Amino acid sequence: MRVLLRRFGVYLLTAWVAITANFFLPRLMPGNPIASLIGKLTGQVTPQEVRSIQLQFGVGLHSSIWQQYWDYWVNLFHGQLGTSITLSASVSSVLASQIYWTLGLIGVATVLSFVFGTALGALLGWTRGARTDSLIPLATFFQATPYFFLGSVMVLVLSNNLHWFPDLGAYDPNATPGFNWGFIASLIRYGELPVLSILLSSMAGWMLGMRNMMVTVIGEDFVLMAVAKGLPRRRVIWHAARNAVLPSVANFALAIGLLVSGALLVELVFNYPGVGNLLLNATLNEDYPLLQGIFLIITLTVLGANLIADVLYFWLDPRTRTPVTQ
Amino acid sequence: MKNFALPRSPKVIAGMVILGIFLLLMVIGPFIEPYNPSSPLFLQNLPPSSAHWLGTTELGQDIFSQLLDGARATMVVGLVAGLVATVLSIVVGVSAGYLGGKTDEALSLTSNVFLSLPGLPLLIVIDSYLPVSKRSNPLVIGGVIALTGWAWGARVLRAQTLSLRNRDFVEASRIVGEKRWRIMAVEIAPNLLPILASSLLFTVLYSVGAYTSLAYLGLTNTSVWNWGTMMYWAQANNALLANQWYWFVPPGICIALVGTSLALLNFGIDEFINPRLRAAGVRVRGPKSARVSRPRLGMTPVLRDTSGVSS
Repeated sequence: MRVLLRRFGVYLLTAWVAITANFFLPRLMPGNPIASLIGKLTGQVTPQEVRSIQLQFGVGLHSSIWQQYWDYWVNLFHGQLGTSITLSASVSSVLASQIYWTLGLIGVATVLSFVFGTALGALLGWTRGARTDSLIPLATFFQATPYFFLGSVMVLVLSNNLHWFPDLGAYDPNATPGFNWGFIASLIRYGELPVLSILLSSMAGWMLGMRNMMVTVIGEDFVLMAVAKGLPRRRVIWHAARNAVLPSVANFALAIGLLVSGALLVELVFNYPGVGNLLLNATLNEDYPLLQGIFLIITLTVLGANLIADVLYFWLDPRTRTPVTQ
Repeated sequence: MKNFALPRSPKVIAGMVILGIFLLLMVIGPFIEPYNPSSPLFLQNLPPSSAHWLGTTELGQDIFSQLLDGARATMVVGLVAGLVATVLSIVVGVSAGYLGGKTDEALSLTSNVFLSLPGLPLLIVIDSYLPVSKRSNPLVIGGVIALTGWAWGARVLRAQTLSLRNRDFVEASRIVGEKRWRIMAVEIAPNLLPILASSLLFTVLYSVGAYTSLAYLGLTNTSVWNWGTMMYWAQANNALLANQWYWFVPPGICIALVGTSLALLNFGIDEFINPRLRAAGVRVRGPKSARVSRPRLGMTPVLRDTSGVSS
């Protein structure tokens, strides 16, 4: 339990770092981006809106920076992330309406990618040296391909030319959004290709990691023992795979960060609603309040996913339950 | 040094050849490009032909020249960011592993925090605060990428240093009275080389990906050519919908090839560190009757390393 608490402490600290970076970055950047933004906005938006941006980023305020930092935290705990400049709505309400799309798309893709990638990697590790090894360079190529590129090419070939998949977007424009069968069916239908493209690029990482670990584990005595006992091959693979999967789970933090980053760009390619699309618009329009909110929500979500992976690891590997300094 | 020779598997050779070509392009690309990549000299939206191998853009720029020109910025940023990140990870990782105690706690905590922060979103946030003049400087961007990408290497290096720290030869030099920095630099660092190389390759791979992603989003100066910028312009002009694949696809393939070559080299290093993996790549040649049965269960035959055996 202490181990888990420690991890939780690290994540709390990470969240604090992210929030503090959000606060200090615009204030410390050379060239004062906020002041130039306000210069650009003057005349386009109401004085109240300019005032609210000034308040949020501490331009032309007389209170000390620590007072501002305190106020920033107070606002945060009240769920107030400021007002989006381009969308003229509060950042929290914008995020609340879009986060489900991203959570759905990336969540499904992450789980599928982990499950299929690990399973394939286990089999590849088992049949090492066989013809299946020729899959490795192919997987490496997909791993090295930027998600947005692979996604775009898949749209071109599979959707535009072959018409196997529907057009861009998240659902059929003719379907009425709501909890009805037609809408859910079109949701799944339109989600297939984005998920598939994330799957193709992200699966390779899990697969190669698992394969290498599997090859190493197969050399251990307990696998030989399992074979000698005459266990069916399926059981032996299962035995070895359970031990080989641990590093994959332990490295979840690294993998999820890369996956989420890539998947955010996939949203742009597929014109899929969600945080990734918001992020692009926020950067292009220099909508700093929205940008800050998005970064915060992405960080917290990634940390949450890491925490789940840690709990899973704790449950999978009894050795972690007794604290040992590595 | 003979022992550091990488296993000469086809994977490693392929990786070296591909990476070599792109490194060469990084150096000579801007010199051999047939036209100025930025000047709209030609008819617009030409398909590939013998005069324009990859056609022209909607402004009438030669796409092939852009591809050659873009190799430099893309590769330089990847290498610079990779190197800076690796230096950072050595400083943090090796010190944490060797010094231990409170220093280790603090440094490990720092790298764990950076590891859990999502890299690309952080990068986008920092980048969009940068003034436009800074964004056009590939070195600044490279530095920012390095800042988000060093933590993984630090963690791996720390773990390896920890395991080296208590080996007998390190103990011996400590007893002899060697200074701390000397033990770290002379005794421990050489044994970290394979891991260091693999972490360098990984960070270069990450940096190329991060830089081209930023450029694809239009967050770098869009008049400095790199492969991401090319895709940005292609996307902005709906090149794919107009079936101008020759505009969008080649830069993407280049990124993927650079990444693949780095990953292939990494395989070589993995096989060097972990001999069990080495046997996995063996192809038994010769008549079918003489073939050894495929390694399937229990034992993994280890390839006899004829190049490394000198003693």
